[in-house]
Amino acid sequence: MLAQEFMRNALVAGSFVAIACGLVGWFVVLRAQVFAGDALSHVAFTGALAAAALGIDIRAGLFLATILGGVVMGALGDRARADDVVIGTLFAWTLGLGVLFLTIFTTNGSGSNGTAGVRVLFGSIFGLSTTDVRISVVLAVAAVAVLAVLGRPLLFASLDGAVAAAQGVPVRMIGLVFLGLVGLVAAQATQAVGALLLLGLLAAPAGAAHRLTGRPYLGLGLSALFAVGSVWLGLTLSYVFPTLPPSTMIISTAVGIYVTAMSLSPLRRLVG
Amino acid sequence: MGGSWWSARPTCTGTMLTSSVFTGLSWNPVDDVHALFTYPFMQHALAAGTIVAVMAGVIGWFMVLRRQTFAGHTLSLTAFTGASAAVLAGVPIVLGYFTVCGLGALALAGASGPRRSQGTESAATGSIQAFALGLGFLFVSLYHGVLNGLDSLLFGTFLGITSSQVLVLLVVAVVAIALVAVAARPLLFASVDPDVARASGVRVQLLGLGFLLVLGLSVAETSQITGALLVFALLVTPAATAQRLTTRPLAGVVLSVALALLVTWLGLALAYFSVYPVGFYITSLSFALYVLARVFA
Repeated sequence: MLAQEFMRNALVAGSFVAIACGLVGWFVVLRAQVFAGDALSHVAFTGALAAAALGIDIRAGLFLATILGGVVMGALGDRARADDVVIGTLFAWTLGLGVLFLTIFTTNGSGSNGTAGVRVLFGSIFGLSTTDVRISVVLAVAAVAVLAVLGRPLLFASLDGAVAAAQGVPVRMIGLVFLGLVGLVAAQATQAVGALLLLGLLAAPAGAAHRLTGRPYLGLGLSALFAVGSVWLGLTLSYVFPTLPPSTMIISTAVGIYVTAMSLSPLRRLVG
Repeated sequence: MGGSWWSARPTCTGTMLTSSVFTGLSWNPVDDVHALFTYPFMQHALAAGTIVAVMAGVIGWFMVLRRQTFAGHTLSLTAFTGASAAVLAGVPIVLGYFTVCGLGALALAGASGPRRSQGTESAATGSIQAFALGLGFLFVSLYHGVLNGLDSLLFGTFLGITSSQVLVLLVVAVVAIALVAVAARPLLFASVDPDVARASGVRVQLLGLGFLLVLGLSVAETSQITGALLVFALLVTPAATAQRLTTRPLAGVVLSVALALLVTWLGLALAYFSVYPVGFYITSLSFALYVLARVFA
């Protein structure tokens, strides 16, 4: 299995994407911002297709759109937590724009490019080039570094925003930067599992970790571990059974872990 | 392997682009309106759009009031799973829509509860959503012939709606709206203040489950026209606009329905006379109205 280059690329890129998703996702679940992640995943779709329609590099559109989307969402809401209705309204329109770009792209593009929409929506982890892998490694390391710096004040601000603000923590600014970070991770995960499925990688491993433990460091570790495990298991399954698409297998594994954690959550008292 | 299944895809999407086969907009508005009603497919599309808009306007108003936008969005994406499962199994797509959306509503009701924290509840919803979409993608890739239809499952098509489909839509819409109308008062009470409602004997839990089921029903119905990805535009945006303009329940519901109707009709007409998809017009028009409402009210 490891002899194949596409498989090695998928495993390396997938692992780094998973670590970033697991860590950032833990905070997303803690802050109850899964819906914002959902919206960003759709923004990713529109951004990528806008880039495709304009004929520029898809990645540029992807990252620009999601990071911008994150910051806009942060700016719109009070205390950097946008209202669900505002998010919903915004991204319903974003999706409509995405459809427009898809139409423009498929009308202008050649037939061989007609798959771009599907690739963006559902990912193409087996089609990653060595450059893609390098980019995702660098971005994952950058995301983890930002999180390491931001971690303690972010945790404080997430658990008790009012007290954190009173202590001089820039709660609003942190919220904005965090949503921008979620945007970055979302764009990165879009390449691996696709815009429609990245929510599973953000929410399911982190949700499982939150079920099992309330301790931050242990939870973060578990969340990253679950995400990486899902990617590895999912890729292996998809390699062994070629009819099964890799993104579905990754997400199914992650959700399987979540369901297991849910049924084990009485264990939480033991773990702490 | 891995990805090879879609590289064999034929040329670009047909369904979404054929809306421009008829003559463009002329300078005579009467002729234009007449042209809009001439073809049976367009009559069906307008009838279906009207039914869907009324239903989405009513149910969406309650959804926005109950802050269940995330649940609604998740349900609307399960519609895609339902459709692709039905295509794979070779059963009527309508059956797939209603079965899977119903199951999705039950799963969401199971994931939410009075004792759950907001974070874990949204994680569960997100997991359900990703899993449903993953399954849908699996079904699509197992069924190799559906690729041209994938776009219309996701983004909808208003072409090729049959009169029997319109009839099914009508029946479902009447049932759903009747259910909401019967339960309107306790539902409103339970949505605005669940604790007080529970204390005064309203069965909040049961109402929540019932509402999710009706939401699933209406999503299943709406996605047949707008596609799974764009249902949300009709459900959330007109309702959110209405709630910015008025806080009175009855006026709000009526306004929400009116706005949904307006954007649907305009969107269908615009799509008829241009090359761009109906979903784009409906989402953009409703978003423009929402922005106007935010700025001026």
